[in-house]
Amino acid sequence: MLFYLIRRCLYAIPIALSVGLVCFMLVHIAPGDPINAIVPADAPQELVEQIRKDYGLDRPLPVQFGIWLAKVSIGDLGTSLATGRSVWSDLSVAIGNTLRLALTAALIGFVLGSVLGALAGSFQGTFIDKIAVGLAVAGVSVPHYWLGMVLVVIFSVQLPWLPAMGAGPGGSADWAWDWEHIQHLILPAVTLSVIPMGIVTRTVRGIVAEILNQEFVQTLRGKGLTGRGVFWHVVKNAAPNTIAVMGLQLGYLMGGSILVETVFSWPGTGLLLNNAIFQRDLPVLQATILVLAMFFVALNLLVDLVQTALDPRIRRG
Amino acid sequence: MTLRRLLLAAACAALPAAHALEASAQGTIRIGMTAADIPLTHGQPDQGFEGNRFTGIPLYDSLTAWDLTRGDRATPLVPSLATEWAVDANDKTKWIFRLRQGVKFHDGSDFNADAVVWNVRKVLDREAPHFDPRQVGVTATRMPTLRRAERIDDYTVALYTSEPDSLLPINLTNLFMASPAHWERKRAAAASAEAAWNAFAADPSGTGPFRMSRFVPRERAEYVRNDAYWGNKARAERIVLLPIPEANARTAALLSGQVDWIEAPAPDAIPQLRARGMRIESNAQPHVWPWQPCFAEGSPLADVRIRKAINLGIDREGLKTLLGGLMVPAVGTVQPGHPWWGNPSFQIKYDPEAAKRLLAEAGFGPQRPLSLKVQISASGSGQMQPLPMNEFIQQNLREIGVNVEFDVIEWNALFTNWRRGCKDPSARGAHAINVSFAAMDPFFAMVRFWDSKMAPPVSNNWGHFSDPRFDAMVAEARTSFDATARDAALAKLHAAGVDEALFIWIAHDVAPRAMSPRVRGFVQPQSWFVDLTLPYIQ
Repeated sequence: MLFYLIRRCLYAIPIALSVGLVCFMLVHIAPGDPINAIVPADAPQELVEQIRKDYGLDRPLPVQFGIWLAKVSIGDLGTSLATGRSVWSDLSVAIGNTLRLALTAALIGFVLGSVLGALAGSFQGTFIDKIAVGLAVAGVSVPHYWLGMVLVVIFSVQLPWLPAMGAGPGGSADWAWDWEHIQHLILPAVTLSVIPMGIVTRTVRGIVAEILNQEFVQTLRGKGLTGRGVFWHVVKNAAPNTIAVMGLQLGYLMGGSILVETVFSWPGTGLLLNNAIFQRDLPVLQATILVLAMFFVALNLLVDLVQTALDPRIRRG
Repeated sequence: MTLRRLLLAAACAALPAAHALEASAQGTIRIGMTAADIPLTHGQPDQGFEGNRFTGIPLYDSLTAWDLTRGDRATPLVPSLATEWAVDANDKTKWIFRLRQGVKFHDGSDFNADAVVWNVRKVLDREAPHFDPRQVGVTATRMPTLRRAERIDDYTVALYTSEPDSLLPINLTNLFMASPAHWERKRAAAASAEAAWNAFAADPSGTGPFRMSRFVPRERAEYVRNDAYWGNKARAERIVLLPIPEANARTAALLSGQVDWIEAPAPDAIPQLRARGMRIESNAQPHVWPWQPCFAEGSPLADVRIRKAINLGIDREGLKTLLGGLMVPAVGTVQPGHPWWGNPSFQIKYDPEAAKRLLAEAGFGPQRPLSLKVQISASGSGQMQPLPMNEFIQQNLREIGVNVEFDVIEWNALFTNWRRGCKDPSARGAHAINVSFAAMDPFFAMVRFWDSKMAPPVSNNWGHFSDPRFDAMVAEARTSFDATARDAALAKLHAAGVDEALFIWIAHDVAPRAMSPRVRGFVQPQSWFVDLTLPYIQ
């Protein structure tokens, strides 16, 4: 297992390199100029060239990439072209905010998805099944930025129950798990949860239905187990695959939803990426994508380990 | 518990929070900006003029300023930290500025000639210990001829330009005075000048009517009134700035009571905002939304008859209706009545028949329709509603026999191309480009487009316009040091530009903003900026 862990950690290195390289190349292939993050377009050419030099943007691209890589390898994610602030200072705050949002959305989505999926799988073809599947299809089909705007119109504008935007009455810096702050989290978390809810519902439904048709369940029933007893066996068998799907979904949520965070002005990684893309703020863009990619890798590894712990049939290493 | 009881319980739970929001608003104006981040607060804001509006003018003062207290006239230039100024009679590149006495920075240090020299050096002297390359881009572009400053006595300073330039006092509205003493204290505790500027940005010190009391990057900036301000003190006790880049989110924030004032509400939300008792403020802005023609060989727009025909073929009133009234039809770079308007003989109006006649004279008609390609963006700062507006114009021009093809590119890319000119491959054969611009300052309103020396890569003469008559008029304006003579020279230049139809002038933005009825005292000037000392919450 130890060798497996080490090997998986080493796999992260080429992934990080590739992510960094692809991101760097895409930004430079795209039309536009990173210098626009610092100077207005009406700046005289002489000044533009001077500033390009000041920021090292006049160097050959491989050199720029090499310098960035060398800094990242010692934990320096650089400085934002647009704000001059350390990328890590903004990114760490954004990651905290996105984690808060993603974990809440995951909790809502996974609990609802598991319950609905289990009900649908247990009562296939019934009215309950149709309702659960309908909700799942709606969850994955409705564009979540649209849903977010509808929720804002209903719960913030028409019924002024919940705030329409932001991460707290004084921003996210003084976040606390009290009602003043949690009310800011509800609408974006519910909006973000509908897709994982739909996907988990469908996954669990399929797995539960399949397990219920297996011979060992009939054996369990033949041995006199009913209701809760059979249910726990089904849960144990469904867990590994469900957790794999949940892990992937959590990874997507961690990536931050650019659209949902923009609709709710939630200061997470999605909003950070959105601004960085429009400003061509290369250091912020590269560092954010790199850190998110590493989160994804770590999350996958964690899911693999949890799967192994839950299901001894799965051997790693 | 029934569903009704659940909903009631949820409503009761939410009530105290909603009440708390109301109570905290006394004397505090919460503003939803269009910016995605708080504009830089170290004294030279980024994010275009929204930055100057919210983190420049309220926190800092400049030597000269705009009078933003009235909405019924073009905003005049007035003394601010400088009380008077004049060019040296013997050396037209030397300006003498007399400074206001008794002004203190927020940290208690004195504003004087040394502070002015220090602030000029922060962006122009690469050897200065406090030189900050980040501030250069957003500052030096707005005062292209300023070279250095020299202390004459405690309250007199000389500013030198690279060439005689009567526009310097106007340019200087963009150079904000930060506190040298406060920066030095930050520097003593920081590892580098860059780190000191970051610390300064988090805890700035200017001389403006507000002091910053809290700064959360990307989320909010909070100001409190500067009770020791040298000028008219602000009426609001606090200002809270929130970046809300999405228009619908801003609208929802206003309607739900989270903010008291939003910049640029979604146009289709305006009827709803009005129905809910919100006030919509707007006024003509020194902003131009044009098509800038390419004058290079082979471009049909090199022919003045065609440029005039296009100008006459656009139904600006119809476009205004499309935008719900939120524009002013543009008949020049500045509007009639402005000191730089002049008296152009070519009157821009909607006259499709005259347009067709001009096109026929130029050799185009039903048998030989004219085809134009225009580079536009789908969105962007100051670009208003570029897609529906351009499609409307496309439809107008089809009626006079002009087929327009759009090359729609991303805003940042369009901005980059603007600096490269219409002969560059990035123009992809476009005959015009649709980039809006600010027209407060004569350099940015006219000189950079009509002076042949400003052709790419120097500045934004994208179309490579070159005419010695215009070069001479530009030189005359820049060397007329008496304000009246300078305005007269600029009026002559503007009138000549309109007569030659050097732009396809289409719209001026009106800077719509929506406010809660509790915001009182606000004045929307004919400017990109506002005076935040005037409004208050009742």
